[in-house]
Amino acid sequence: MEIERPEIASPHEIDVAEASRIEKLRESCQQPIPDPDSWLDEEISRNVLVTTVDYVLDWARSRSIFPLMFGLACCAFEMIGTAASRFDISRFGMDIFRWSPRQADLMIVAGTLTWKMAPAVKLVYDQMAEPKWVIAMGACAISGGTFRESYSVVPGINRIIPVDVYVPGCPPRPEGLIYGIRQIHGKIGKETIKRA
Amino acid sequence: MTVALNGEEIAKKIAEAYPDSVAAADKAAVVVTNQSLYAVAEFLKSTPGLDFDYLNDLTAVDYLDYLEVVYHLSSLKHNHSLVLKTRCYKREEPVVTSVVRLWRAADYQEREVYDLMGITFEGHPNLKRLLLWEGFVGHPLRRDYL
Repeated sequence: MEIERPEIASPHEIDVAEASRIEKLRESCQQPIPDPDSWLDEEISRNVLVTTVDYVLDWARSRSIFPLMFGLACCAFEMIGTAASRFDISRFGMDIFRWSPRQADLMIVAGTLTWKMAPAVKLVYDQMAEPKWVIAMGACAISGGTFRESYSVVPGINRIIPVDVYVPGCPPRPEGLIYGIRQIHGKIGKETIKRA
Repeated sequence: MTVALNGEEIAKKIAEAYPDSVAAADKAAVVVTNQSLYAVAEFLKSTPGLDFDYLNDLTAVDYLDYLEVVYHLSSLKHNHSLVLKTRCYKREEPVVTSVVRLWRAADYQEREVYDLMGITFEGHPNLKRLLLWEGFVGHPLRRDYL
């Protein structure tokens, strides 16, 4: 019996494929993605029938956010600090940082994003199930920071994925990140099941 | 603490074994010619009394007139260190002999230098870009980039 051998790409082929992925993404991401703002007028158009359901659902959702473990650079340490006992992210029901994007609904992009890493970030974001939210943490994630003009750094993660909350700082203190998370709670509170 | 050896004294020893190999020498570093680099590196590694068995760091500097490759060597046996340098005057296609066969640590470091400075290392087993992706145009750490 003949065994069917899977075609294994040579290291060079893998490199070329990776390069083409990066270049394609780079070409398609020259303009920033507008921040999602459809939730802003949600409150006005609310239907009386679903408001109570919305209230309960949003309350439940915002109190059990599962953040994704996603530290890219030095901001990650502030994120770890936020999660640890002193600042204690568990107070907001965010007990566990998930390793799998399929189990997470909040992506805290903490740190400098390079073009080589960008396809992975895009993939992880696409793997997350709706509803999902994104926090851009730190100057580099917001705009590229000091590396904005650099050859290798993405000038702001909103080129790749839509961002809900920006937390400025270099790096932001855990209090800043917690404030950003509270903003996410506020945003979730305005969402309705009609759209979701 | 690690003793930094006097470059001038080491340069004398090198010049005894390989005449015309030393291009310049001062207290801090020994600069050898491009052609004799591998022979000198082997000499430094295998000579009793020197025994530079450890490559701390391999990097490159762009001085516009020439590109300089810097080797930080040290000996775990004698606990002393030395800075070895070599220069490439051809900006278009700078070539240096690879020292991966002597120090395995040079593998990634030489790939990084090739990636960011564009210096080709002759005899490297897998010389391709390390940090940037395949097909990236230019070598970004050169001073004439952009």
